[in-house]
Amino acid sequence: MRHGKYPFVIGFLFVPVALYVTFVIAPYAQAFQISMTNWRGLSAPQWVGFDNYRRLLDDGSFWKAVQHHGVLLLALPLITIAIALFFAFLLNVGGRSSGGQRQGVWGSKFYRVVFFFPQVLAVAIIAVLFQMVYRPNESGLINGVLMKLGFDPVLFLIRPNLALWSIIAVLIWQAVGFYVVLFSAGMASIPGEIYEAAEMDGATKVTLFFRVTLPLLWDTLQVAWVYLGIAAFDAFAIVAVLSVDSGGPDGATTVLAMEIYRNAFVYSKYGYASAMGVALFFLTLTFAALTLRLSKRESVEY
Amino acid sequence: MNPQSTLPPTPAALPPKTGDPGASTGRGRKGPRSEVRLFAGLGHVALAVWAVIVIVPILWTFLAAFKNTSEIFSSPWTLPAELRWENFGRAWTKANVGRYFLNSVIVVSCSTFLTMLLGSMAAYVLARYRFWGNRAIYYLFVSGLAFPVFLALVPLFFVVKNLGLLDTHTGLVLVYTAYSLPFTVFFLAAFFKTLPSSVAEAGLIDGCGHTRLFFQVMMPMAKPGLISVAIFNIIGQWAQYQLPLVLLSNAKDKWVLTQGIADISVNAGYEADWSGLFAALTIAILPMIIVYAVFQRQIQAGLTSGAVK
Repeated sequence: MRHGKYPFVIGFLFVPVALYVTFVIAPYAQAFQISMTNWRGLSAPQWVGFDNYRRLLDDGSFWKAVQHHGVLLLALPLITIAIALFFAFLLNVGGRSSGGQRQGVWGSKFYRVVFFFPQVLAVAIIAVLFQMVYRPNESGLINGVLMKLGFDPVLFLIRPNLALWSIIAVLIWQAVGFYVVLFSAGMASIPGEIYEAAEMDGATKVTLFFRVTLPLLWDTLQVAWVYLGIAAFDAFAIVAVLSVDSGGPDGATTVLAMEIYRNAFVYSKYGYASAMGVALFFLTLTFAALTLRLSKRESVEY
Repeated sequence: MNPQSTLPPTPAALPPKTGDPGASTGRGRKGPRSEVRLFAGLGHVALAVWAVIVIVPILWTFLAAFKNTSEIFSSPWTLPAELRWENFGRAWTKANVGRYFLNSVIVVSCSTFLTMLLGSMAAYVLARYRFWGNRAIYYLFVSGLAFPVFLALVPLFFVVKNLGLLDTHTGLVLVYTAYSLPFTVFFLAAFFKTLPSSVAEAGLIDGCGHTRLFFQVMMPMAKPGLISVAIFNIIGQWAQYQLPLVLLSNAKDKWVLTQGIADISVNAGYEADWSGLFAALTIAILPMIIVYAVFQRQIQAGLTSGAVK
């Protein structure tokens, strides 16, 4: 592969690299720089050192957002993975075995197709959909039923202590199907003989799940945890569209992405917003490093 | 759904069917079998409940799209009294859903095409040619996977503004493409590495140039990988909300679907046109159901491709 290699290599790489450096690498690098200034878009930026970061420490909305990421970071992966694992197990090995072939329960294919569908929809669209579902009067899907039955309507998005959980529920609603499919792929690669052997020894389905499926699925679970963790650090579209006042009521559902957007494009505090972006970056990085470190264990060869 | 089907096979029917003598002789206890029945029964209920939770909100939206406002309030759970197609007409033209939809189609088809072209070119060269700086460029691309887009949001806005591309589809297409490159290059580079080199060598010996080799030999061979990544990119770019929100904020006629629907939902509150909003939502969701029904297998494979390394 010698003749004319370099012109070809450069020709193929030039445009992608140029585009990538212009729109991705350069902005990332500048973000760190802008976060050290008091730039508000009009006059030239002034260097203020770590002032923005010091102000972050006293910013109530910032800490509220960080706290919400903490809740999201625990609830979203734990609940999603638990539900998805349960369903994936049912769909793949929950049924009887015939001729040494593990089978899922009846209708597995149908369920897998239906569960996965929300993944195809845009989060912003889902957020609008659930605005309707959660409506606080008789026109809402849930409250329409509750009020017909004579109950008081539940103010899903209006009560501050319920709003965040209503949003988490929607994120779980969307995510479960994806992880059912992901775990199914992992379970399909576990050899049937292992289940056979365990069943011959009298293992119940519950034992099968905890002693066979779960350990052999560890790598996939780790991937799922990282993915959901990254999703927990974003959550912009859902909060921006679904929640009251984009992050309300009174900041009860705000997330860092929302605060960055608000500070930058509503208040024009570009320096301050960039400092929040840097904080978000380090939080994400810490999470990824911690996950990889804590979940490290010997993978089982099979 | 059929209650009969939730019953597991009767014990008498099971042993002959399994065709594995070890399975029936191995256990004399009754425990596992009744436990299987209970587990399967509960499992079916759970699966059916979740299916209902997924389907009902969407179905309910489709029905509400045919109602009028008083019906939406008085009888949210009944079928519409008549099929009011005019709701869709109003959403399509007056609320501009038609325009938003078209804009999304234009932007996503351009950006996915560009992403696939540039991404596969870069991935191919990085995967199969040895040259100085190869690893550095590869890691430059892959590092993009680790950064949250929100870190770059402010500077990105000004980069696009200074290039005069703010409020243009061109700007959005270039930005989508740039942010899709890390995953595309990462995935396709791994894919190109797995292709046999004998074909490429034979092509070169036959006097085929590097460029022709890529487009006429390697690209067709990499088709399965290209399709997976293309689906991943189409769904991801179609769902984008934050980038168009920032980059197209002042050009309402250029808005994409996600942005448009979110805006209609805000306005629906002022104008009390709930049926129009339901119709708009239906227009946004229904095509996805059709596309999903047709390409269900490929879409599942494409979207999970990122996780299965």
